[in-house]
Amino acid sequence: MELYATELMGAKTYDVAGNYVGRVREFFIEPAEAPNRVSHYLLSRGHFQPLVAKHNQVASVAAGKMELSVSERALELYKPNESWLAVQKDLLDQQIIDTRGRKVVRVNDVDLAPFRTNGNVELRLMQVDVGLSGAVRRLLQGVVPYAVVRKLQSKLPQSAIRWEFVNLVEPDPLRRVKLRITHEKLEDLHPADLAEIMEHLSAAERQGIIASLDEETAAAVLAELDERLTTQIVEKLDPEKAADILEEMAPDAAADLLADLSKEVSEELLDEMPGQDADEVRELLEFDPATAGGMMNPDFVFVGEGSTREEVLEWMRGQELNFDQLDTIVLLDGAAQFSGAVPVARLLLAANEQHMTELKMQPLLSVPANADDKEVFELFDKYNLRTLTVIDNENRPIGTITVDDVVSKLLR
Amino acid sequence: MWNQADIAARWRGWNERIDRVRGVIGPFRKRIALFFAIVGPGLIVSNVDNDAGGIYTYAQSGAQFGNTVLWTLIPMTLVLYVSLEMCSRLGAYTGKGLSDLIREEFGFRVTFFLMAVVLIVNLGNVMAEFTGVFWATDVLGINRYVSVPLAAVLVWGLVVHGSAKWVERIFLTICMVYFSYVISAFLAKPEWLIALLHLLPPNLTQFVPTIRPFVEVPKFDAGYAVIIAGLVGTTIAPWQHFYLQAAVVEKRVGPRQYGHTRNDVLVGSISCMVIVFFIIVCTAATLHVNGIHHIDNAGTAALALKPLAGKGASVLFAIGLLNASIFAASILPLSTAYVVCEALGFESGIDRKLGEAKIFYGLYTALIILGAGLVLFAGEHQANTILLWSQVLNGFLLPVVLIFILILVNRRDLVGEKVNTRAFNWVAWISTLAMIVLTVVVAYTSLHELYH
Repeated sequence: MELYATELMGAKTYDVAGNYVGRVREFFIEPAEAPNRVSHYLLSRGHFQPLVAKHNQVASVAAGKMELSVSERALELYKPNESWLAVQKDLLDQQIIDTRGRKVVRVNDVDLAPFRTNGNVELRLMQVDVGLSGAVRRLLQGVVPYAVVRKLQSKLPQSAIRWEFVNLVEPDPLRRVKLRITHEKLEDLHPADLAEIMEHLSAAERQGIIASLDEETAAAVLAELDERLTTQIVEKLDPEKAADILEEMAPDAAADLLADLSKEVSEELLDEMPGQDADEVRELLEFDPATAGGMMNPDFVFVGEGSTREEVLEWMRGQELNFDQLDTIVLLDGAAQFSGAVPVARLLLAANEQHMTELKMQPLLSVPANADDKEVFELFDKYNLRTLTVIDNENRPIGTITVDDVVSKLLR
Repeated sequence: MWNQADIAARWRGWNERIDRVRGVIGPFRKRIALFFAIVGPGLIVSNVDNDAGGIYTYAQSGAQFGNTVLWTLIPMTLVLYVSLEMCSRLGAYTGKGLSDLIREEFGFRVTFFLMAVVLIVNLGNVMAEFTGVFWATDVLGINRYVSVPLAAVLVWGLVVHGSAKWVERIFLTICMVYFSYVISAFLAKPEWLIALLHLLPPNLTQFVPTIRPFVEVPKFDAGYAVIIAGLVGTTIAPWQHFYLQAAVVEKRVGPRQYGHTRNDVLVGSISCMVIVFFIIVCTAATLHVNGIHHIDNAGTAALALKPLAGKGASVLFAIGLLNASIFAASILPLSTAYVVCEALGFESGIDRKLGEAKIFYGLYTALIILGAGLVLFAGEHQANTILLWSQVLNGFLLPVVLIFILILVNRRDLVGEKVNTRAFNWVAWISTLAMIVLTVVVAYTSLHELYH
């Protein structure tokens, strides 16, 4: 039968001889030893220093009452320990990330389950309660008898998250290590979901999460996050880590991010980045964000118009290409000028011997880099485009604008 | 296949053609946009002070005691600024709302009871706003059974269907209408120098021989103390603190932009007091001087101005009152719903659909319906009681909220180095104590008045 944290708090504790020892004021989990086992109980005794009972010293636990399997003298005095997760202080009423529901919730109560081992009883954390029934239990805790509370809350809607889907949020990096808090589960979430989760957290917590994600995921998340938050996060990061993350981003996303930072910080980060990437980003920063040049991505796929489908596929397989870049392939003529764009759907259905120039879309569409962003939006709308090529004044392609950039700009 | 380095090299030639001027104007334009993105909450919060309950108290104080209440303005501005600044600091440095912080640091039960009291107090305030709507429309000649429901619908629709950005812009523009009070003060032709003189405590200025003949020293009796208490309670309301901190968090103000917010709060507090000054001077110069020492309601204040300062003054007064009341009636229920839902863990936010955030929308709608409805079906006498009690309750809740804020803002683990300085702490704690004393005074005398 399950036990709630609200029923365990304040429980009167007796030792093996039946002497009253104290009341349970707090209980701890030691993630380094076992991820969900209650490892220590803090027993307060009025004016005396509080004692600690270990998980292997408990004979039985019930609502409001705990019996130990050892005598009071076997218990140690309480000393604070940073590697212990205190349920009352660090978990109840705090925000946690629900990795299955992909949102941030506040903990109302915790569900525990007793397990018999070697004649002792161990409590394990099963679920975290975030709904109305947990709220009611907290409200009536200590005031109304346990049996009545149980009956009341059984009629209320239950809303709980299993412990394995709970991701704790802890801004202090040292404590994170001690509590073995990793964010591997977060890396499986879609960056947009993770960005939304992070918007609900405080600044320090956001910083902590970004610092512990791998660079690729961090880059994807920062690209989706509100720009004000992104600026705050990047400013507080180590320049090296920030530069690593920037490298993982597409050049136009990196340029957008750097444009929002102060001059000194953005220069510092550009210096940390490898030469070619930094140069690309610097070029992009020269463009006004409200023009085609400010929205384009200079990393695009281009091939000669005379090549065949077979040759192009062979070549593409040998490259490390981003899926986003593959939507449209830009064609160049003999003078390295823009001669057309081939959507990848046409490439898919074509025969191996067909030349790229036969597959290109009509009419030939492109915009100069200084074109107004409204002009770009209208073109996308009129021709139902997914990608649009940007050219310089010698008709050479310098970048492509994709429809997701357009949507983001339009929503702002 | 073409070499990408080739393309990049040719592409670099573009740089010379880029418009350098854009590079200069760009960042400047952005800085102004950023400023306007952050400014607003401090101004809004302070100016919503001039709502029905506020106008009633200010006008009554001016009518009853003339210029002798003016000395409270400077201390009140200080306390208003100090308390609001602490909230905005908490918001900028922790990134969390006030009710969230209280939940995380003080636990569920404390938060629950606090929220319950906040709900009741704010309901009282909402009722006071709708009372203001119908007094103002009475002056302007519109039937209250038409105006109040209309106002309720307008208020509900504006927030639910408008976007947050537009709602705030409309509010800030409406703030400009407060100048109508300034104009009506000028139309009342008061003695400006004497009024300004009374900004200093009369008990001190009476000892300066040259000034002495112009100074009116007030009698510190029970009536005077109640009015002072009412003035404070109506100017520094608890809901302002929750609203301001939530707005600061929502605007994603961080430590770097915090300076803008602090200026916003400062300007807001000062502008609020300036308007209050003009209201008190206006009623002091017209009503008090002519022996009218009691106002039944804010509408009467506007009506009373008619024979003395012309129809223009009273119409302007009524317009200002109507705007303030609708403005406040839009902010209060929304802010209350947010605060309660966030603290207790319910989904909240106007960007959510009705079905997703049922409790949030439900609370908001209920506050408006109850507020408007109770006011319509209560009589004139009850309306005054409502206005009075809503201030009393504000006064009760305020010291409690201030104590929470003071505890939180002194925690190094929350705000880092930006904990209160010794001086700041002294000012804040002394004001809190003074307000507790005033609260007791108000509570005692209000109960006395009610049951007499």
